[in-house]
Amino acid sequence: MHKVAFLSKQQQPLTMATHQFRLYIAGESVNSKLAYSNLKVFCEAYYTDDYHIEQVDVLLSPDIAWAQGVTATPMLLRLAPTPTLKIIGNLSDTEQLLNGLGTIDG
Amino acid sequence: MPTSSTLNKTLTGIRGLDEITYGGLPQGRCSLLSGGPGCGKTVLALQILVNGAKQGEPGVFVAFEEDAARIVINAATFGWDLPDLQNKELFFLDGKPRPEDIWSGDFELTGLLAILKAKADQIGAKRIVFDSIDVLLSLLDNPKAERRELFRLNDWLVSNGMTGIVTCKNNDSGLSGLDYKDFMQYMVDCVIDLTHEMDDRVAHRSLRVVKYRGSGFYSGEVTLLLGEHGAEIIAFPESSHDQIASNIRISSGVPRLDSMLGGGYYKGSAVLLSGAPGTSKSSLCGMFILAACERGEACLYVSFDESVSEIVRNLKSININLAPYVESGLLHIESIRSSLAGTEEQVGNLRKLIEQYKPSCFVIDPLSAIVHSEGDSRRRMPEKILTLTKASGITLLCTSLLGNNNGGDTLNEETGIQISAVADTWIHISYQILGGERNRALSIIKSRGSEHSNQVRELVIDKLGITLADVYQADGEVLMGTARWQKEQDELAAEQLILANVEYKRRVIELAQDEVNAQVLILQVNLAVKQKELDLLMATESTRLYHLGLNREELWNKRSGDDSHALVLDESNNA
Repeated sequence: MHKVAFLSKQQQPLTMATHQFRLYIAGESVNSKLAYSNLKVFCEAYYTDDYHIEQVDVLLSPDIAWAQGVTATPMLLRLAPTPTLKIIGNLSDTEQLLNGLGTIDG
Repeated sequence: MPTSSTLNKTLTGIRGLDEITYGGLPQGRCSLLSGGPGCGKTVLALQILVNGAKQGEPGVFVAFEEDAARIVINAATFGWDLPDLQNKELFFLDGKPRPEDIWSGDFELTGLLAILKAKADQIGAKRIVFDSIDVLLSLLDNPKAERRELFRLNDWLVSNGMTGIVTCKNNDSGLSGLDYKDFMQYMVDCVIDLTHEMDDRVAHRSLRVVKYRGSGFYSGEVTLLLGEHGAEIIAFPESSHDQIASNIRISSGVPRLDSMLGGGYYKGSAVLLSGAPGTSKSSLCGMFILAACERGEACLYVSFDESVSEIVRNLKSININLAPYVESGLLHIESIRSSLAGTEEQVGNLRKLIEQYKPSCFVIDPLSAIVHSEGDSRRRMPEKILTLTKASGITLLCTSLLGNNNGGDTLNEETGIQISAVADTWIHISYQILGGERNRALSIIKSRGSEHSNQVRELVIDKLGITLADVYQADGEVLMGTARWQKEQDELAAEQLILANVEYKRRVIELAQDEVNAQVLILQVNLAVKQKELDLLMATESTRLYHLGLNREELWNKRSGDDSHALVLDESNNA
């Protein structure tokens, strides 16, 4: 749960966790905080310890965000397992999140 | 932050748009382009960006509705050199929501704006387009949050001194949710409305500036053309009203028509020739063009009916030989299929031709061919073309099928295009059927600013060209064709009869004069004879008296001594 200020495009997640997420946020906004806490709660509930979240603050790393085509924030990328999924919003709509991440059978 | 107190404008580089906004969009402010699907929002916005990029104002295009890649491909047809500009002066950000994306809860533009700010600083961007912002923000599904983000966007633009263009759809469909246009038009500094309607299966796009804070603008609706080189606007330049009307007359090519018009057409005016099919409108066009070519003026002949070779051949048959001028390049004849494009495309075509050939005389034959519909374009189109020609001082002669007059002389404006109102001179040719003949009658319905004949003339067309002949009024009917010829012959015969009569009488009187003169001569001879007789008589008498004197003296001498008394008696005996 460390913040990554600079991250190259090709950089791979450092951990071997099954569920790997990258969360693009915009500074300390309410939605940024909500998104992180919603994700954290969700991961704890469904993936216990087998997950990894890295946060990218687009205010600090706009170039990376440009390269990734980030338009709305917060934006969550599920990098693993594949396929890569993109979830936009502060993740407060749990039903959408569950459907999207396919956690019904996870 | 560079929010200046005075309003600066930035040129869009789009023809017509800078004119109607009196100098372009507000610099460092936000402008809204709103309109339904297919009305040209994206093209217009991108073109403004491209024009900026070419003039050293780099720009960013944020695409929410279409793939950025697709936009680039689509724009390639306009020849804007996008690949050259891309990633140097022009950047695209693909913000199109994907169907596989998952939307969960509230989101905001803060991150996007931070990214754009960094990019803009990096490349020195001055212009930025948010194309179809509603596509992204409507996913918030929360009008309050949507409004919040729009405010955020506008504030960001203003505080960064970027010239922003936001496009959005009109919420005409009555769907629930935020009406973006309605909301944003209060917020932004400039609002431009685009519409797209179909006139009888032909697209017509138009544009209107609705609002421009701190600036005047032309508030009328103007036509937006999406042509070969992108968007352009056909606006009525207000200056066109101030243009100095020419007093120069140019020949119609038919001398008699020139005199009917008081010297010919005004240079730079618009002339309408109307009439039923076959009333030799095209031939009059040919005469006009020929006369112009002979004066050495560049001419453009656009035909929607015939091919170039047909026009040249047909006109040659009536002694109008245009071929040399076509070869020398003085005359360009363009044949356009009327069915291929909509009215606005045709106007675009005409504009291109005018720019290419810079004619001083321009014929469109027939103008009515490019108006397909009953819709508004009927009204607009002639105005558009006249805007083109009047601005350049081109003399326009256009023909129109009008008035299917079966014997009558009806000018049915309902079926005609509405050019008659805007044309300066209107000449109508109708058929007159009389005595089993169909003849052409030409009359001038109106001619602004000049005296013109109210007379109907018969238009006579033969292998020597077109001439105008007088028509005769007889028993309440207008005589033309053979009847006119007959009448002419009758009049000629009557005239000749009168002449002959006069000649006869003159001769008779001359004869009488001669007779009298002869008599005078005889009398004068007689007089001279009598005079001679008189002279002779007098001469004889004087001789006699002389001799008488001599004899008396001789006798006196012989009777010497005789008294004078006896001599007197003797003398009286001899007498």
